[in-house]
Amino acid sequence: MAKIHVTTTINGAPTEFLCDPSQTLLDVLRDQLGLTGSKEGCGSGDCGACSVTVDGRLVCSCLVLAPETEGAKVETIEGMAKGDKLHPLQKKFVEMAALQCGICTPGFLIASRALLERNNNPTETEIRYWLAGNLCRCTGYDKIIHAVMQVAAEMRESAK
Amino acid sequence: MSNPKYKWIGTRPDRPDGADKVTGRARFAADFNLAGQLIGKVLRSPHAHARIKSIDTSKALALPGVKAVVTSKDFPEQADLTVPAGEMQVNLRDVTRNIMAREKVLYEGHAVAAVAATTEAIAKQALSLIKVDYQILPHVIDVAEAMKPGAPVLHDHLMTEGAKPPATKPSNIAKRIEFAKGDTKAGFAKAEVIIERSFTTQAVHQGYIEPHAALASASEDGQVQIWSTTQGHFQVRGFCARLLNLETSQIRVTPSEIGGGFGGTTVVYLEPLAVRLSQKSGKPVKMTMSREDVFRASGPAPGGNVHVKIGAMKDGRIVAGECTVEMQAGAFPGSPVGPACMCSFACYDIDNVFIVGFDVVSNRPKVAAYRAPGAPISSFAVESTIDMLCQQLNMDPIDLRLKNAATKGTKTAYGVTFGVIGMVETLQAAKDSPHYKTPVKPGFARGVAAGFWFNVGADSSAAAHVGEDGTVTVISGNPDIGGSRASLALMAAEELGVDYDKIRPVIADTASIGFNFVTGGSRVTFATGLAVVNSVRDLIRDLKGRAAKTWGVDPEGVIWENGMAKPAGSNVGTFEPLTIAQLAATAGKTGGPINGHAQLNVTGAGPGFGVHVCDLAVDADTGIVTVGRYTAAQDVGTAIHPSYVEGQLQGGAVQGIGWALNEEYIYNAQGRLANPGFLDYRIPVASDLPMIETVLVEVPNPTHPYGVRGVGEVPIIPPLATVANAVARATGLRMLDLPLSPPKLSAALDAPRPLMAAE
Repeated sequence: MAKIHVTTTINGAPTEFLCDPSQTLLDVLRDQLGLTGSKEGCGSGDCGACSVTVDGRLVCSCLVLAPETEGAKVETIEGMAKGDKLHPLQKKFVEMAALQCGICTPGFLIASRALLERNNNPTETEIRYWLAGNLCRCTGYDKIIHAVMQVAAEMRESAK
Repeated sequence: MSNPKYKWIGTRPDRPDGADKVTGRARFAADFNLAGQLIGKVLRSPHAHARIKSIDTSKALALPGVKAVVTSKDFPEQADLTVPAGEMQVNLRDVTRNIMAREKVLYEGHAVAAVAATTEAIAKQALSLIKVDYQILPHVIDVAEAMKPGAPVLHDHLMTEGAKPPATKPSNIAKRIEFAKGDTKAGFAKAEVIIERSFTTQAVHQGYIEPHAALASASEDGQVQIWSTTQGHFQVRGFCARLLNLETSQIRVTPSEIGGGFGGTTVVYLEPLAVRLSQKSGKPVKMTMSREDVFRASGPAPGGNVHVKIGAMKDGRIVAGECTVEMQAGAFPGSPVGPACMCSFACYDIDNVFIVGFDVVSNRPKVAAYRAPGAPISSFAVESTIDMLCQQLNMDPIDLRLKNAATKGTKTAYGVTFGVIGMVETLQAAKDSPHYKTPVKPGFARGVAAGFWFNVGADSSAAAHVGEDGTVTVISGNPDIGGSRASLALMAAEELGVDYDKIRPVIADTASIGFNFVTGGSRVTFATGLAVVNSVRDLIRDLKGRAAKTWGVDPEGVIWENGMAKPAGSNVGTFEPLTIAQLAATAGKTGGPINGHAQLNVTGAGPGFGVHVCDLAVDADTGIVTVGRYTAAQDVGTAIHPSYVEGQLQGGAVQGIGWALNEEYIYNAQGRLANPGFLDYRIPVASDLPMIETVLVEVPNPTHPYGVRGVGEVPIIPPLATVANAVARATGLRMLDLPLSPPKLSAALDAPRPLMAAE
């Protein structure tokens, strides 16, 4: 089957790749581009470990066909820190022990950033529903929710 | 809330692997690749029980791009030999049949063949070309059914071990065990109140988010390298050596970062297949399970049937307890029925106890360990029955438990007499918690339950190496599943008297450190922690020797204080203290590299107790349960890194809440799993839960230099009954069967309730 040539932008860098029409964005990221920070926990959009944004929209990359990203801007966990500076969410997750095994962490960080970009003053309930598509089996979510609330508070403070 | 006794222990620094894990840099098993690797895939049985008449792989092998195919013929027969795997025991004859079916397939999802090909698409196509001729056999899923005479027998050789009278023909009951203390007949004769009920729980999956994955590379000279996600890379090495007739020194296993496990990754599934495919193809082979494979073919935790009878005096004193546990082992013997029996009544000081357990095989995937294996099941039944006793006697559930709590000197039914334990302190802490002191909100009801786990020690090795600049690398061999690098580094810093960030903890592969038993049983911070402390003590001995040499004094004349060598007294002489950096700088002149090491079999694991409190509401129309507030109190010994200790309590509690409310393996009439995905097998999500409050009760374990007790297992035990007890109080309905899922609960609420009048 003929491969499809896709031109896209990943974490700000112009990127081209060839893929099968049936190949998912997650497979291309992981297997062709070496961006293994997005994880496959289920392959069916239930766990959120492969969360990325495509043109700012939060998606499960296992449910996006790679050719759909033609001309789009894709953001993955590998682009979240700027240089040697962690994003406030990344820093806070470590500080507040919001991860144990860490496999779900990239997905939670991408999803949390997408939330805070839309709403920098979410209630606990809003955070819990926004992150309900990301499964964590280790933490019971407690410290993750606390970390996101804390970052939101600090973002509001620094925006003043 | 740092610990006043220590400088580092009890503080909450960033974990050493934190940056890697928030940037996507940390490498989990599926992130490893080798040049020229093939992709391996497994063909799995569509049948719950069938004889394999023949397997024809010729068409698959002929497909361009296919480089190797393996079936059970590629794995040597194994002796009937039982070896430890995590907190469970496995039989090698069964393990080789579990990784690749031989005479029969015993559950849907059972591996029957595997292929390695140049691409995943070709590998998948090759699977479809393998022709397996099955003779379908009657199957049995339910344990009670499997125990009945006339049930389809899975193994013709299986005679019930410990049966009374001895078994004369094969059955699905692999083993009968018994624990007794006192005289329950006399106890029940004396009792003023007797409550007796039967409970059931369903199989649940550990639900780690990382699917099993392995990459293996076998060289022409017989050397084998494996990268895989596992709680025990030494066990992967051991199993592969046995199952493939290799020498352990030929196999080098590097553990990846591990995406959860909870006991489920203490056994092997893919590793031996990947190695064999690599041997046959001459190429590295990478294999990953799909989520569906994980549900169908990797070990769930068992379901069980538990019958409980408790006798008490009217003042709440329990005088007799009986418990019968029938537990799913899956397709091969080896359920955690032993720990289930041991833990059932262990929270309490009861004079007369009798416990019987049955290990039962059926056409389900072979069970694996899951956090305090077996204990949640028996505990759910016992703690529910105790709650009924509290209701009947109109006693506070914590007060009744305080009246019966095990203390130092209590002899358990399984023979151990407790040393220093914290059951009373934990009950008291739960009673004093802000949660318990707050009245229950209207519309909500409160449940309470306790739990016990004995915790594990076992084999650990560690080393401490001083670098040229005086910083220290601490090397151990247990995959870090929830922050153990941080707790090991904290103990090393405390012991050595240097800053936490001057210690770098590293997890070594099987060739780079001595043997370590699995990450499991809540043993790493305790046992491997002790190995680390001892390796640092060995290092300090070396450092003091170097100082003595530098000063020209006897080693006994040197003490170690705040990370420096100092003269023991003025009689030794007047010398400026020497730091590690100074000693490292002159190491070449005083004996070469400065290292410490330790290896030991650790005993004296301190048992742990937990008490949980839950406020919840039940929607009478839908049967949906809303957890409004939840508190987990636990005796944690000493909290080395309190955030990760809290995390263990919170995560375990939520797994238990999922077990109580939603999670279950559902089988159809053909014996096929009907819900092998996260959509239909519903683990708790963030919007299902409130914050999980924790109370860390510190009753130090006297056998550990820093008082460590394992903390990971206990928190999954109390939630099942805590939730069920709250539901009983919210609805007036005592649910005896888990999970309390909305359809089940709403049906029960709609049904007539003859039982309630008697209570």
